[in-house]
Amino acid sequence: MVSAPERTGQGTEWRGLPVRLDAFEGPLDLLLYLIRREEVSIYDIPIARITEQYLAYIADLSDLDIDRAAEYLVMAATLLQIKARTLLPRPPRPEPEPEGTWEEEEDPRAELVRQLELYALYKEAARELARREAQAQRVWTRGWYPEPPGGPPPLVGVTLEDLVAAFRQVLEAESSWREVPRQEIPLREKVRQILARVRECPGGVRFHELFDRRASRLEIVVTFLALLELVRQRKVVAEQRQVFGEIWIRPAPGAQTEEADEA
Amino acid sequence: MIWDFGKAVVEALLLASPEPLTAARIAEVLGVEEREARILIDDLRRDYQAPGRGLAIREVAGGYQLVTRPELADYVERLLAPKGRGLSPAALETLAIIAYRQPITRAEIEAVRGVSVERILDNLLERRLIREVGRRDGPGRPILYGTTQEFLTYFGLKDLSELPPVEPRAEGQSLLRRLDAERGSRD
Repeated sequence: MVSAPERTGQGTEWRGLPVRLDAFEGPLDLLLYLIRREEVSIYDIPIARITEQYLAYIADLSDLDIDRAAEYLVMAATLLQIKARTLLPRPPRPEPEPEGTWEEEEDPRAELVRQLELYALYKEAARELARREAQAQRVWTRGWYPEPPGGPPPLVGVTLEDLVAAFRQVLEAESSWREVPRQEIPLREKVRQILARVRECPGGVRFHELFDRRASRLEIVVTFLALLELVRQRKVVAEQRQVFGEIWIRPAPGAQTEEADEA
Repeated sequence: MIWDFGKAVVEALLLASPEPLTAARIAEVLGVEEREARILIDDLRRDYQAPGRGLAIREVAGGYQLVTRPELADYVERLLAPKGRGLSPAALETLAIIAYRQPITRAEIEAVRGVSVERILDNLLERRLIREVGRRDGPGRPILYGTTQEFLTYFGLKDLSELPPVEPRAEGQSLLRRLDAERGSRD
């Protein structure tokens, strides 16, 4: 929660209602909010005042995860840079040249203004979509179902419990899984790796082969999560051809293959 | 008489079809010209506009669909659960950018929104509101995204041109000149 500062410079009282930072869709959204609350044009932003308020708002980033916090900080840096540039004395003009050949140095705010303008445009477009959505929500079709129709069953002869049991075997097979210093392994990246691997082998990959012996325990867990995600998205099929047999992971038939060429 | 029969067939097809039916498809089934199919559809639409009907024919995603009348939604919701909360503002902003600027890469969307959209794209892909439509030539050959038929159906749009035009406001077009003018007055 951001507590509202008492007041800001330039004698402007702002009865800033405390608004949670996570109520905003990002730094541009927050900036637009501040600009509108000040009732100034986005074409003439009082940069010092807006920067000050922006910084007050992001004083507490603890609501946000690290990626979102970083996005707000990047904008803070941009604002401070613009503020600094507006404070710098302008270089003296050279001798007047014939009209048109002298290229004016751009207002330091220009790039930000363009960004804000574009963002405001699509924010408005999003509002229109929301109106459309609300209208469409009032209407039912005969074929309406809450969930999209499923593809082929992603588990063939296997249950989720079988997968978990197989995973436990992998974990227990090697008691010396390396414990490495915490290192971020993005799930998304793992999903991509497994998908690429599975698509190389249309016949399927053995379950345990997806787990790298040299991997850390964390990586093993992430690999399993990635596999479950792929099953859920119906991009791979988990199949057990014999009771207690090997579990095979193969590409789902008919699943989109546009991504295949990136492998 | 043949016309009445044709209209009845159109009504049956619209009820039976799980997704919007194009006039071309209806014409094909009926074995008539598309022009004739459209006359039948319009005729049926007029019937439904009469007072006392619970259904309507809406034009969506390039086809026609039999739907419940919006003013009866409260009753339908008593029967079925309401449809849910709808998309998040972040998802709507992202969809708006894709809808207007497709085909578009993730980096280009992020440049407009100023935030990462990776997770939102995954979610929209999974809901089939967007799809991968190709790759941009150039370094890394980034994936290009576009909207789907489901997108049109979800928002009840006939086609993309039904989206209101997004134009930079008039003052925006002279933006640079205005900024220049302001600076000039400060000098």
